[in-house]
Order: sequence, then structure tokens, then C-alpha cells
Amino acid sequence: MSTAAVVAVSPVRRAVARFLANPTTGIGIILCILVALSAILAPILSPHDPIEQDVIAQLSPPSATHPLGTDYFGRDVLSRILWGGRISLIVSLTAIAAAIVIGGAIGMVSGYIGGRFDNFVMRVMDVLLSFPSLILGLIVVALLGPDLVNLVVAIGLTAIAPFARIARAPVLALKERAFVEAGRALGYSHARILFVHILPNILSEVLVMGSLWMATAVRTEASLSFIGLGVKPPTPTWGGMMRDGFENILDAPWLPIFPGVAILLLVLALNMVGDGLRDATDPKLRAE
Amino acid sequence: MTTLLDVAGLVKHFTVTKGFPRPVTTTVRAVDGVSFSVRRGEAYGLVGESGCGKSTVARAVLRLIEPDDGTVRFDGADVRAARGETLARLRRRMQIIFQDPYSSLNPRRTIGQALTEPMRVHGLASGRAARDRAAALLDEVGMPPSALDRYPHEFSGGQRQRIGIARALTVEPELLIADEPVSALDVSVQAQVLLLLRDLQKRRNLAFVFVSHDLGVVRWFCDRVAVMYLGRIVEEGSVGEVFAEPLHPYARVLRDASPVPDPSGRGALPRIVGEIPSAANPPAGCHFHPRCPHVRDACRAAYPGWRRRGERGAACVLV
Repeated sequence: MSTAAVVAVSPVRRAVARFLANPTTGIGIILCILVALSAILAPILSPHDPIEQDVIAQLSPPSATHPLGTDYFGRDVLSRILWGGRISLIVSLTAIAAAIVIGGAIGMVSGYIGGRFDNFVMRVMDVLLSFPSLILGLIVVALLGPDLVNLVVAIGLTAIAPFARIARAPVLALKERAFVEAGRALGYSHARILFVHILPNILSEVLVMGSLWMATAVRTEASLSFIGLGVKPPTPTWGGMMRDGFENILDAPWLPIFPGVAILLLVLALNMVGDGLRDATDPKLRAE
Repeated sequence: MTTLLDVAGLVKHFTVTKGFPRPVTTTVRAVDGVSFSVRRGEAYGLVGESGCGKSTVARAVLRLIEPDDGTVRFDGADVRAARGETLARLRRRMQIIFQDPYSSLNPRRTIGQALTEPMRVHGLASGRAARDRAAALLDEVGMPPSALDRYPHEFSGGQRQRIGIARALTVEPELLIADEPVSALDVSVQAQVLLLLRDLQKRRNLAFVFVSHDLGVVRWFCDRVAVMYLGRIVEEGSVGEVFAEPLHPYARVLRDASPVPDPSGRGALPRIVGEIPSAANPPAGCHFHPRCPHVRDACRAAYPGWRRRGERGAACVLV
């Protein structure tokens, strides 16, 4: 292209181009969009009411009326998976978004200030990290009681420490760069240096981890629901459906399998997107 | 000419605590009592080998590194006592150019953003007017206005250095602190950037603190020069005098060690012996005495006082 030399190409635009050029990423994005659409359009797409019981059609195998069969109470599994996707997505999205904002801010400020303060904050984060995320989530939900908001708090809390670390490390390197010193010499405030100059440079790394942690959050939510600490029944959730399905696994093996496949697909898709994002923003691949 | 920058007794020590279970604290005397003054429009050189503290002096003057002791006066105002708004206004009048043109520009900001931001922050110009001023500054440093919408990675080291200079000029400073401004550049580009700096100095009547280890560059660019060794100034004077007939033995070996463009001038030069001692543990007495060819007993006993000879001076018993 002859015009390419004239047009200024931002690093962001080049990263986007590289991101889309990767076929694995493409599949991941399409899968994510499909899951998101099916969750948003659940009221339209669902053939049945997800909590309506039909005792006569109890545990019926996949058929034309119930494409993925029915559960012990005769509820349509497909409809429940579509509605359950909403919970999975809402919980993991809000939890990770909150963790990125809170954890990212803690990490950036801590790394920028440095010294004893940084040391103290990071030791607190180490304490948080020392709990396996499922155990930490379990403690929070057990203390606060299982509902949607507490689930978000529990999962968000498990992700704050990792994001604080991820945000802090590049800040430590960036604050030594001459452009930060130049900013200070030019009279910029610390807030301006941190949020206008440093933040855009660490955003890609944080967002990459965000998509990977979304997958973890989906799994944590499912795990908590599976052990009965998720959203209360009869609201459908993927983890909850798997648990209920296990009770009838010999009579109706599709019951735990279909929500399991849904979890697998979403986690896989999020990981694919995360890997693609990481490759696209990898400084080693970034042409100077 | 009036004095613009006056530095007296500047001290900066770095402490490093290392070791477990019994931590050992070492104090690195990076800058240990440095005094000099720069007149309006004058180019003042700071030379010395790596680790002698010259870059620390440059940063301490701007308070990019907080000095431990001493006074820094800029146009009569006490820089070390300045806070908040006063400090911002003082910093506006002195700017810095960095050695590494690759890390001195934010990779995520266009050149236009980098140049207009200081104007907005200091309320000098905004919007269209700021952009026009940025374009004019780019023109002044020899870059086309089309650079405004580009990113730093699209430019070479020399071009980035020009952009860095333009950014320093956005706030109309009176003093530029140049920390090895050409050391990272190719020789041919060095000459262009030096010519640009000289041109700016004359046109804007800029004063310079020019930090360098390249004596050739300092000899060409500066009016006066100070030679530093282990955190202290050992000799100061006009560039012509200091380089023609150095008073301090260290200044002499430093001059003799710098390459001479005339092949017939190469000969048996007195070589400097030994390593530069650590600033964490400088030798007693004159810091240079273990390497000095003229060492006497007095040199081992106490650090020699400052002796003047006309406009110049040196910290050596030989003077």
C-alpha cells in the first residue's frame, strides 16, 4: 500500500490488526459473542420457561420439544443453560471488572510510591494470594450468605491480588523511564503522570490478564454453585445444574454433561481471546 | 552577565541496605559538596568519568532527585525551599534533555500530544494555538509539522532527540540541563544535534548545564567547564584554559586520554593507572591520590582545599 507510509499507525491499531489476523483468536471471539448473544437473547431463544416444572416430562432424554432433555423436575435443560449463561457472564464480568479497577489501582499506586508503603501493600496482597481462590470465595460466601452480589464480591476479592501484582510490575519499570522524569521536570502532577502517562502503557497487560481471569471467574462461579454456595435455586446456573444433574447421572447422563460443555466452551473461548490479546500486545512481537 | 543558577555545597548520598540476617548499610556519596554557578546564556560543562556523580548533580538541581544538603538558587529564588505552585513555576524555567532518546518519549503519545501537554498544564496555550506553537517548535528543531500526528517509534534516535529538545522548549525555559544529550547518537547525528543546541543557545539566549564524558564535545560547546571526580569538582575554569593547561593531575590525564584527531599528536601519553574507587568507600585525603603520579604525604592526610588562580581553580596541593 502506497498510502501506508503516510498514515500514522498507532501501536494500538497495529496490535488490533495482529489480534484479528490470528485464526484461534477469531474462533475465540466468535464463541464469546455467541455465548453473550445467547445469554442476552435468552428470553427469546428459550423454548420453555427455565423454572417451570413439568412432572410428566421428568428426566426425558433429548427430543424435539426438549432439545437437551429435561431434569428431575421436568425443566427444559436448554432453556436453563441459556438463562444460566446470564448469571455466569454477569457474575464473572462484574467481578473481574471490579478486580481490574480496584486491584489495578492498588498495584499502580503501590508501585509508583514504592518503598515501605509498597512493601506493606504487597505483603497484604500476598496474604490474599495465599488462599486458593475457591477457598477464599467459599469463606466470603459462607460469611455473607449466597446471593448474586456476594458471589460477585467473593470472586472479585480473589482476583484483586493478582491484578495488583500484574499492574504493579510494569509500573516499577516505567517509573524509571526518562519520559516520567521529563513529566516531573515539566511540572506534571503525580496523578497526571500515573493515569495519563503510565496507565496507557500497562493497560494491554492488564486487559490480557482480564480475559484469562474471566475464564477463571466463570469456573469459580460454577464451582461455588456446584457445592451449593452459588445463586439460590431455582435460578438456573451452570454449576448448580451440574450438581443437580449428578444426582441423576445414571438415569440421565446428559444432565451434568450439557452445562459442563457450556462451561468448557466459554472458558475455552475466553482463554483463546486472552492468548490472542497477549500475543498481539507482546512487546517482543511489537515492531519498532 | 548575571548569575542565573547558583549551586553551593550540593550533597546527595544514596544509602543501600543489603544482606540477611544482618543488613549492612552502605552510603554512596554520589555528590559530595558541589558548588558552581552558571551565568545567563552561558554553556557550563560538567565532565568526568562514569559514576563521578555528574548526572546526579544535573537531576538534583532540578530536584528530580531530592538533594540532601546545599543550596540551589535559580535567578535568586531558592529551589530547594520551593513547594507546589512555586516549584512548578521554577521548573518551567529550567528544563532537561535526556541521554536516551528511546525512553524519553512516551511510546503511547503522539508527538503533538507530547508537545502540547506542557503548554496546557502550564496554561500557556491550548487547542489550535498550542498545536501551532508545537508545529513552530518542531520547525525550530528541524522537524516537519507532519511529525505532530506520529508516534515516537516512527522516528530515529536523532529525530527523537530533536523532539525531546522541542518538548523542553515548550515551556520557554531559560536554562537547559543537558544530560549527555548526544552520547547515545551516531557521530554524524551528534554534530547535527550539537549545532542545533548551539543555534538555540544563541537565538534564545539559553544557559546550559552540559553534562558529558566527551571532552571534544564539551570543548566545542561550552564556555566554562568543571571536572568532577568521585562526587566533587576538582577543577573549574574556562574551557580554553582548563584543556590547554590543566591544573589538577586528574584533569590532565582526563584530557590526555581523550582522542586527538591528529595522528602525529599520538604518542606516549601518561596513562592513568588503577580503577576509579567506589564512591561508597572513597580513599582518605584527596580522592585521587591512589592514582595520582604526583602524590605527596599531604594528599593522603586531608582533602586539599580549593585554590584559586585567577578565574579558575582546582582542589590540589600542586596549584
